[in-house]
Amino acid sequence: MDGGQMSANTATGKQATMLRRLRWGRRADSWFHFGTQMLAIMVLIVLGAIIAVLFKGAWPAFSKFGIHFFASSAWNPVTENFGAASSILGTIVTSVIALLIAVPISFGVAVFVTEIAPRWLRRPIGIAVELLAGIPSIIYGIWGLFIFAPWFSTHVQPALSDSLGRIPVVGVLFHGPPIGLGWGVAGFILAIMVIPFIAAVMRDVFEVVPQSLRESAYAMGSTRWEVVRKVVLPFTRIGVVGGIMLGLGRALGETMAVTFVVGNAHDIHSSLFMPGNTIASTIANEFTEASDPMHLSTLIALGLILFAITFIVLTFAKLLLLRMERASGERL
Amino acid sequence: MVANMRYLKRRAFNQLALVFAVLLTGIALLFLGWILFVLADKGVRYLNLDVFVKSTPGAGIQGGGLANALVGSLLITLLGIGIGAPTGVLAATWLAEFGARSRLAAVVRFVNDILLSAPSIVIGVFVYGIMVLPMGHFSGWAGGVALAIIALPVIVRTTDNMLQLVPSQLREAALALGAPRWKVTLAIVYRSSLSGIITGVLLAIARIIGEAAPLLFTTLGNQFFSTNMSRPIAALPQVLFNFALGPYSNWHRLAWAGAFISTVFVLFLMILARVFVGRKH
Repeated sequence: MDGGQMSANTATGKQATMLRRLRWGRRADSWFHFGTQMLAIMVLIVLGAIIAVLFKGAWPAFSKFGIHFFASSAWNPVTENFGAASSILGTIVTSVIALLIAVPISFGVAVFVTEIAPRWLRRPIGIAVELLAGIPSIIYGIWGLFIFAPWFSTHVQPALSDSLGRIPVVGVLFHGPPIGLGWGVAGFILAIMVIPFIAAVMRDVFEVVPQSLRESAYAMGSTRWEVVRKVVLPFTRIGVVGGIMLGLGRALGETMAVTFVVGNAHDIHSSLFMPGNTIASTIANEFTEASDPMHLSTLIALGLILFAITFIVLTFAKLLLLRMERASGERL
Repeated sequence: MVANMRYLKRRAFNQLALVFAVLLTGIALLFLGWILFVLADKGVRYLNLDVFVKSTPGAGIQGGGLANALVGSLLITLLGIGIGAPTGVLAATWLAEFGARSRLAAVVRFVNDILLSAPSIVIGVFVYGIMVLPMGHFSGWAGGVALAIIALPVIVRTTDNMLQLVPSQLREAALALGAPRWKVTLAIVYRSSLSGIITGVLLAIARIIGEAAPLLFTTLGNQFFSTNMSRPIAALPQVLFNFALGPYSNWHRLAWAGAFISTVFVLFLMILARVFVGRKH
């Protein structure tokens, strides 16, 4: 009788501890859930804070110069007359040059890795191209300034002026002294830097093409190129454009490499081989030296413009890649 | 006859396209080879003990090394990863374990991917606005925070992907035994995706250790040896920037040596990260 009482007591005791632990576990769980959720939301807060801080800093410049800020290429810290036109144009021109060079090369790499290379060669080449993405941007800058720009101005640029420079109208783009600094060289180095990003996305989207589709095309007697052109590309079109946009987003915001080779002059020339600047290079060069509040505000305004442009491009890229993901059911 | 001609034309075109693809791949690899060759050549030539033990030389002073920049880089990178890694891993934990396919999780992933490619110089301007201006001076802390903001999206992205690879049966088995969610996450999910999480952290270190743009107006740089994080501090990428653009030949030599050191370190981290992932899959 007594023994029965005892065991019942310990049983309720055990149950109580278990219940307590269960309750504690639940409470800890809700804290865990809440805490991690807050940190996830912090990602959103960071973005919001970046926009808010840039906007606040840029406001004096925007309210002073208004819409003319975008149209004027004036840049005079003494008279406090600033315009963003040369920087914005430089950012766009260098990025477009980069894409013109990088897209075909990336496409070649992606086709080679997914369709041509033997299986054992695919991984090494994929890794090698990824290493290209890993090299810090400052290294591209140093290499560009000391090695690539001199080589480009003595070997490539004369050839370009002699051939493309003779074409009427467009030719003027390729005139200019062989100093090796300018939008052209900056665009070329940007191209090398964004190849890995574009190539990686292209490779990933090419790989989600169902093998059965490829095999059907081969069974119909298609050549490899025809499979790429008529099966793989149509299937992955959205993803390919998304990858190009991603590369564009990278090129627009690239700072260090460009600052080294762009020449850093607030001028707009008809030639690609004259010194110019980009938004990022202007900020990098002048931010610490901007003692005057209006100069600083102008540079922050440039930062906001750059952020807005890349934000739009990257959003576009992401939306396209999401559509591709939904179509193929794989996260890219 | 006509059919045969068309067949030959298709075949020739195919060959041409394939040759082009191989050629273009060759061009991409050529640039990698060129850069690595130049770095190795100059790096080996200019690397010596002084680089590691002496501090950066002032204008016109001969000799010198990069010791202060190497130590400064180490400090701010540690700070950046010290803030970025726990924050990123926990944020990704919510995404993978709780958020899953909810609308909020989709928005966070979207914004995170945008931050992943956001221009790093803008991050520098942002940190200048929230830290350097209010504090009144440049500091190592500000540089570390800038690097943390750059590391965060890298870690969130990789950790989220890795946690999603953990089979849900593992979680369900642990939950069925009565384990609370936090314990399941710590003891089961993290443990089985540990190599993936480490990979993400390694890639984040590789990304931030070479970042120069956000440091120019956060850490500013310091000619002298300093470990005081609340003062301007030297960092390797920022020293490379100043020295490569400077007029002195010993600065250029040090810039090459530093470029070699940072590239070797970054590539080593990337290959290490590959090894961790490779072991898993």
